[in-house]
Amino acid sequence: MSDTSESTDDAGEDAGGDDAPAHSDASVVDAEAVRHVAELARVRLADDEVGTFAAQFGDILDYFEALDEVPETEREEDLVNVMRPDEVQSGLTQEEALSNADETADGYFVGPKVS
Amino acid sequence: MATDYNAFITEATIDGADDGPLAGTTVAVKDNISTEGVRTTCGSEMLADYVPPYSATVVDRLTEAGATVVGKANMDEFGMGTTTETSAFGPTRNPADPERVPGGSSGGSAAAVAAGEADLALGSDTGGSVRCPAAFCGVVGIKPTYGLVSRYGLVAYANSLEQIGPIAGTVEEAAAALDVIAGPDPNDGTTRDLADVEGADPDASYAAAADGDVDGLTIGIPTELFEGADERVVETVEAAIADLEGRGAETTEISLPSVEHAVQAYYVIAMAEASSNLARFDGVRYGARADSDGNWNESFAETREEGFGAEVKRRILLGTYALSAGYHDKYYEKAQDARAWVRQDFKEAFADVDVIASPTMPVPPFELGESLDDPLRMYLADANTTPVNLANLPAISVPAGEADGLPVGLQFVGPKFDEETVIRAASAVEER
Repeated sequence: MSDTSESTDDAGEDAGGDDAPAHSDASVVDAEAVRHVAELARVRLADDEVGTFAAQFGDILDYFEALDEVPETEREEDLVNVMRPDEVQSGLTQEEALSNADETADGYFVGPKVS
Repeated sequence: MATDYNAFITEATIDGADDGPLAGTTVAVKDNISTEGVRTTCGSEMLADYVPPYSATVVDRLTEAGATVVGKANMDEFGMGTTTETSAFGPTRNPADPERVPGGSSGGSAAAVAAGEADLALGSDTGGSVRCPAAFCGVVGIKPTYGLVSRYGLVAYANSLEQIGPIAGTVEEAAAALDVIAGPDPNDGTTRDLADVEGADPDASYAAAADGDVDGLTIGIPTELFEGADERVVETVEAAIADLEGRGAETTEISLPSVEHAVQAYYVIAMAEASSNLARFDGVRYGARADSDGNWNESFAETREEGFGAEVKRRILLGTYALSAGYHDKYYEKAQDARAWVRQDFKEAFADVDVIASPTMPVPPFELGESLDDPLRMYLADANTTPVNLANLPAISVPAGEADGLPVGLQFVGPKFDEETVIRAASAVEER
């Protein structure tokens, strides 16, 4: 644990030193950045929502900046694979699987046009 | 007429078996837990008309044990909130004070139990969503160890963090519900068989552990989870812990330096997982679909604009941002380091203590509308609950008393798969 605490303190000093302005610059989010990430996520936003989000994201990302102080930590996870025989089991019927779709045709989902 | 707390999105009955350990009890099921033939909305416009063709494992286990489902409980949209105000179906009111929030995201579940509209409830806890509303409404909520309860049929928000957990009026009732829903499920590969878990008791009876016997129990008091909490909350919790000392428990101050970063790590990881999980809502296979003339991408974007509320959009966008090129290492990787550090801190603490006690929530219940325009303020209220999800540990919130007439919850956290100890400690608080 002592290693961890030391590196935290070091990182904390750095954050308060010369690096600090660079850190806060990194979290400035403008309307263009919000629009870009909304496009990646396939969420259309109204213009007023873009402005609100830009301001809120700035605050939230500023707060996330404190993660810079976290020391690199060994990730000792005891993960085990869970295996089972690949046997055929009953699942949803085609009708059940389609029952919540907005539009279907001949037993298939119908999606929007591709282009 | 009784006050309408808006605890339920849908009131519907799913009959339970005639006999079983929960025969005759009524249960409210959070509306992100699938119920065959009964709409499951996740508190979202997106799924307002979604009717699952199958039930979650936990619902089958409850009804097979004799419990009758009486309705689908209101919740923050897709579990994203700490107040139940982000629900597309209107906020739930806190039965302890109808001008205040019930907590969230399982606010409808806790309010239903607190108002006597159900004997038991199921919630889901990704960063405190069972414990927070239990604390705010003055009832008991258990967040099980990751892997104890099946998530099959739970609509995913952040898979690596969430567990379904029971809410009830007493520790013993909540523990009895946990007895029913716990156990391995072939449909959820992350569930564990306790027979294969070192140190765990495969024959554990959680209800029997609610015996109030804390003689010789060592309780760790982490300074980090008391600092910054509301003074009235701290006084109430400290008084309850002092009573346990009078009953033979020992307390010792401990330090968990990593938890200062838990909220940041939690939100980065949860948002990142949410951005991936919620990509499935495109209006094609299920869910609302926008009336769009656009192509595939435009139609999806319009569907998601209409179907999701502001908090869900915020988290999807921030999660996408945190995973995007140039930011992945800065946010997501550091959050995973913080998660490992939190896990390590708890592991070291449990070498010396049996349980760790703190306020569940650092503040009393917010007034309705108080935190809606300030998401960061809402996130910060999760300071004491999120470390538990990051470390995959079991925890319970039990009423510790009141501060200015409002319920205060005491949280106990235990080592992995040691639900019995947190239940025992909580039952002693209840007996005061």
